[in-house]
Amino acid sequence: MSLLRRRKPINESSDSKPLLEKEEEEQHQGHDEDDDDDGNGKNKKNPSKINKKRGEKPPSPPSPPPSKWSCLDTCCWFIGCICITWWLLLFLYNAMPASFPQYVTEAITGPLPDPPGVKLKKEGLEAKHPVVFVPGIVTGGLELWEGRECAEGLFRKRLWGGTFGEVYKRPLCWVEHMSLDNETGLDPCGIRVRPVSGLVAADYFAPGYFVWAVLIANLARIGYEEKNMYMAAYDWRLSFQNTEVRDQTLSRIKSNIELLVATNGGRKVVAIPHSMGVLYFLHFMKWVEAPAPMGGGGGPDWCSKHIKAVINIGGPFLGVPKAIAGLFSAEAKDIAVARALAPGFLDNDIFQFQTLQHVMRMSRTWDSTMSMVPRGGDTIWGGLDWSPEEGYSCSKKGEQKNNTQIMDQTGAENAVCKGRSANYGRIISFGKDVAEAPSSDIERIDFRGAIKGHSAANTTCRDVWTEYHDMGFTGIKAVAEYKTYTAESTVDLLHFIAPKMMARGTAHFSYGIADNLDDPKYKHYKYWSNPLETTLPNAPDMEIFSLYGVGLPTERAYVYKLSPHAECSIPFKIDTSADDEDTCLRDGVYSVDGDETVPVLSAGFMSAKGWRGKTRFNPSGIRTYVREYNHSPPANLLEGRGTLSGAHVDIMGNFALIEDVIRLAAGASGEELGGDQVHSNIFNWSEKIKLQLDDETPVHSSR
Amino acid sequence: MASILRFRKLYYVEQAVKCSSVGFESLDQSPKIDQKLDKKEEDVISANNLALGINKRKRAKEWRCIDSCCWIIGCLCTTWLLLLLLCHCWPVTLLRVPELPGPGARLKREGLTALHPVVLVPGIVTGGLELWEGKPCADGLFRKRLWGGSFTEIFKRPLCLLEHLSLHYETGLDPPGIRLRAVPGMVAADYFAPGYFVWAVLIENLAKIGYEGKNLHMAAYDWRLSFQNTEIRDHALTRLKTKIELMYITNGYKKVVVVPHSMGVIYFLHFLKWVETPPPIGGSGGPGWCAKHIKAIMNIGPAFLGVPKAVSILFSAEGKDASYLRAMAPGVFDSEILGLQTFEHVLRMSRTWDSIVSLLPKGGDTIWGNMDWSPEEGHVCDFSKKSHSQTSLSDNNVNNSDVKRGFRVKDLAKYGRIISFGKAASVLHSSKLPTVDSKEFSRTSASLNFNISCGDIWTEYDEMSRQSIQNVAADKAYTSTALIDLLRLVAPKMMRRAEAHFSHGIADNLDDPKYNHYKYWSNPLETKLPDAPDMEIYCLYGVGLPTERSYVYKLSPSSRCKSIPYKIDSSISGEENSCLRGGVYFADGDESVPVLSAGFMCAKGWRGRTRFNPSGIATYIREYRHKPPTSLLEGRGIESGSHVDIMGNSALIEDILCVAAGATGYEIGGDRIHSDILRMSERINLPL
Repeated sequence: MSLLRRRKPINESSDSKPLLEKEEEEQHQGHDEDDDDDGNGKNKKNPSKINKKRGEKPPSPPSPPPSKWSCLDTCCWFIGCICITWWLLLFLYNAMPASFPQYVTEAITGPLPDPPGVKLKKEGLEAKHPVVFVPGIVTGGLELWEGRECAEGLFRKRLWGGTFGEVYKRPLCWVEHMSLDNETGLDPCGIRVRPVSGLVAADYFAPGYFVWAVLIANLARIGYEEKNMYMAAYDWRLSFQNTEVRDQTLSRIKSNIELLVATNGGRKVVAIPHSMGVLYFLHFMKWVEAPAPMGGGGGPDWCSKHIKAVINIGGPFLGVPKAIAGLFSAEAKDIAVARALAPGFLDNDIFQFQTLQHVMRMSRTWDSTMSMVPRGGDTIWGGLDWSPEEGYSCSKKGEQKNNTQIMDQTGAENAVCKGRSANYGRIISFGKDVAEAPSSDIERIDFRGAIKGHSAANTTCRDVWTEYHDMGFTGIKAVAEYKTYTAESTVDLLHFIAPKMMARGTAHFSYGIADNLDDPKYKHYKYWSNPLETTLPNAPDMEIFSLYGVGLPTERAYVYKLSPHAECSIPFKIDTSADDEDTCLRDGVYSVDGDETVPVLSAGFMSAKGWRGKTRFNPSGIRTYVREYNHSPPANLLEGRGTLSGAHVDIMGNFALIEDVIRLAAGASGEELGGDQVHSNIFNWSEKIKLQLDDETPVHSSR
Repeated sequence: MASILRFRKLYYVEQAVKCSSVGFESLDQSPKIDQKLDKKEEDVISANNLALGINKRKRAKEWRCIDSCCWIIGCLCTTWLLLLLLCHCWPVTLLRVPELPGPGARLKREGLTALHPVVLVPGIVTGGLELWEGKPCADGLFRKRLWGGSFTEIFKRPLCLLEHLSLHYETGLDPPGIRLRAVPGMVAADYFAPGYFVWAVLIENLAKIGYEGKNLHMAAYDWRLSFQNTEIRDHALTRLKTKIELMYITNGYKKVVVVPHSMGVIYFLHFLKWVETPPPIGGSGGPGWCAKHIKAIMNIGPAFLGVPKAVSILFSAEGKDASYLRAMAPGVFDSEILGLQTFEHVLRMSRTWDSIVSLLPKGGDTIWGNMDWSPEEGHVCDFSKKSHSQTSLSDNNVNNSDVKRGFRVKDLAKYGRIISFGKAASVLHSSKLPTVDSKEFSRTSASLNFNISCGDIWTEYDEMSRQSIQNVAADKAYTSTALIDLLRLVAPKMMRRAEAHFSHGIADNLDDPKYNHYKYWSNPLETKLPDAPDMEIYCLYGVGLPTERSYVYKLSPSSRCKSIPYKIDSSISGEENSCLRGGVYFADGDESVPVLSAGFMCAKGWRGRTRFNPSGIATYIREYRHKPPTSLLEGRGIESGSHVDIMGNSALIEDILCVAAGATGYEIGGDRIHSDILRMSERINLPL
């Protein structure tokens, strides 16, 4: 705009105003000759200009806005410059030798360490055991096989994963196709969205955002390829048993593992599940040995014949608290990455988009999210007044590692912390005061019997439907009146606020602790993915590893508030104003040690205690190992997501972890790897959990 | 930034002034005004910054051109961006070409649903290959497609790519340090290059009636290897077997329908024998495996008896399009000025691929004809771009056979001579040809000089002496049997390697135990079909397109560093209506596979209960007459009959869908024949 302003003074200062006018025109003329296919608007003006020129002196210019034209011209000029520069850069970039970026990186940061694959190849490691990857929730791609009219042209295109271009182009259509049927948890009528198969299913989640790609590349260095690697892609929206019912995914995995073992000279496979894949693979191991109608009919020794080791990466064995927040108010920070794709301004009611409600409605049709609800109730996650992690001090995360050890040794400091420790047991509390008050001070009114009022909002909410609309105001109030929820009552809470969803969910998942594992009811598939309600297969030679990152604050408990009652919105919200330095409370979330998604407790407890030695959950005494990786952020931007990361997904690029995985795949055992590698307090915390493991004395683990 | 802009603005004004000054001169304005004007301008400028203004004036001229360039590009970019934006914002429904519902949608309305699981077996060159381990020059291409996809790497680093695509010359397996593997899954061959569909249309139509990942499988394999080597290296056959068994079980014990295409046809023939053979070399499925698991085999464009085109590829890398490489490397590369020697590279690469040898004509003179006789003789070619209706008109009006007889007298193509040197050799009666037995040629391999001077391009031609090269040409004409000998002569190592995996003869006695060897499995004339009386075999192929059948060669002018010594003599063309054009004799077919190769087994070799088909498996021939797309909008046409485009042919898709949904060959209408295949088969004297 300043250009325009600049122009006027010149015009005014010059005496020959009409002349200048003509000059303007002259110039346009020239441009028109240059570029005939330019806009029509110009051409229309041409005749008048010519006329003017013929007439000796146009007495008064009819003000064809010259300033506007010059502005357009400048714009064009400017864009042209940018384009040319861009092309030049692009050309240079393409002509650049491929090794150039690496060269620059090395020049700045010094020589990079060899990737583990290269390093281990030099040591002489070779591909030995076939490898099976089991991706977790949201990381697997989904593609369309049959859709409604609005999704035309998307046949076999990725709806989930990849660029997510369609999310922006036709969001409602996308939500419709990604949702499952609310009653059955299977495909809605006329829509078939299926998992992408093969390694491409989950190597990259979005362009440039690797999931398995780094691990695959490193495995390939020591000789792995398609014939001894297999990506067990499945539709992660479905409940585990439904993947078999609809797609026969479990049968495919079984058949593929058998094939891998047969074609690789009888060498057993190494399974590498990640995140929810851990639970899925647990389910698979039970399924494959169960007799035919419900299971895979593999016989009781299938696992010991076919599986060498299960390397669980960031496994939420006992669920994640985040899942509750996700189901309760669609606010989990990243369990549904969809949240990130629909940035904050979409929440705005002005646009009437109601993004959150759509997301919530969609994610509630996904049975799999319910597999991540914390299991084991108060015994594991703590009651109103205690929790296994109590005494955890967040401040240490800023300090150095050795500091922590000092703290452990001096019990005194621990005691100090205890006085002001977070009540992690209260997974949901309404109000910060409730979260901190001693349990005797909290008055709670049981919500379970509360009558749900009828809500008139139902009709006005367009097609956005969440079960909250059925609850009515009294129901919502009743929920808030109960003040605080422990792990056990959260499950009841979910039953209360979303009865239909939980009815679906409880048919496929269970969250309790088994008293007697020999009870025939535990033969039902809904218990298979709960490590506290199943026994491990009878495979004494198998090894189970828990690999996970530590050193990152991880969501553990929430402070909620009632959101101002707007129609058609979710009535509960995390109280982001609640903050407390001492008790790890930040933005309404109590955090604890973990990998940003899974708390240490959930990832490590089964390997550290529940399955350690010969317990009732592990009758054949499968050896278990805990391998923790301390998080250190990438040193500079060039490193990308870092080679030392401990975050839930980024850990798949952690060199130490990759090295461990490759060694195991090349034949090493857990002992050869160095046994346990522990940075967190997982063993202390596990001690505090009073879970009956056997008639024998519980096995105390020591390093 | 702002200051720069302001700066620019000043130039702009100045230019305007200049322009006007030129313009006004022609209008008899006195130059003084100009000067005055200039002065005024200068004043204005000096008001801002005098020194700068002067500087600018000096450079004004240079600036102008660049400026207008920028301006034009800017305009174009803006328009383009605007159009792009419009295009993206456009509702999808508006731009959609009103199209007929595809066969899938139509059949769904008729009530067809997915019943039998479907296995797709892609052919040669259509499958993608990706890199798993490479030389340093292929840095950063890990798990990227080297073959298929956009082929950008071919242009970026052609030599590197050729090196990676080649196999080891001795073993026919990976060269050390390079692992190139088939892309698995449906993406392997749905599109060959962006926009160039292979299986995509068929897959989409199958999906319409309910197919998806669990009952649709693409049996991707490394098409460069010999068939048995795909098992040895990648366990591809074992995988296919497991997959079929799995689909059979998970789909309620429904047998599979297999749809192989092109070379996939003989690959699957190999699989059929392999799967029932006991373990060390076979898949140990037991004698009833095929009967138990396979409902039908729907061969599309089958190359059962090989294709003559394979000969020219191996002989001189000149196959017209069987290897798409030719198209990728346009004529420019041939010129020796650039020293690129594309053809030599291509020849060398394709000779390392065993699979091409599998496509050499099988059955020798009995099938393909000898010096003076061929089953297709009397074929009339119609090259002129007459539309199809006209052809059929003439068919109606004139007595068909009369026309043919007329041509037969005049210009009778001797298809039996697959390679002849010089046009004369291709036409003359056999008694007039010199008879030199090619086996008697001495082969001097002492010409090391050539080797050194030719850099790293090495074809086996370099080892041949000039004399023997000329002797080959002196032999004048080769039939398909003599041709195998010829190839043994010009490329002994390749043939030694490949003939351990393939055989091209006719079995006299199929019970001979030697036929248990895997090298006979892919030759329909040397194997028996499995014992599966309920199975059905279909031959689906296009007709009505001129297809390479035999070649006229010439010696290429000798050059210092050996180029390929033979070339198709593209200067030779017959008169109107002759089947000779550009040095190639054409016959009926689908542009790649002659009718004879595609249809003979279904029409005669396996028809009824023959020695090749002891259990009497039912065979059906379904031919699709080629019709070029009527308009550009149709793309590659829904009635095409050409080798790859036929995969988009509606009638063919409909047939496949019907069979997959449970119909039998009889129900879809049995045979459907347009060509002379039955008469040709009659002429072939093969004991059955």
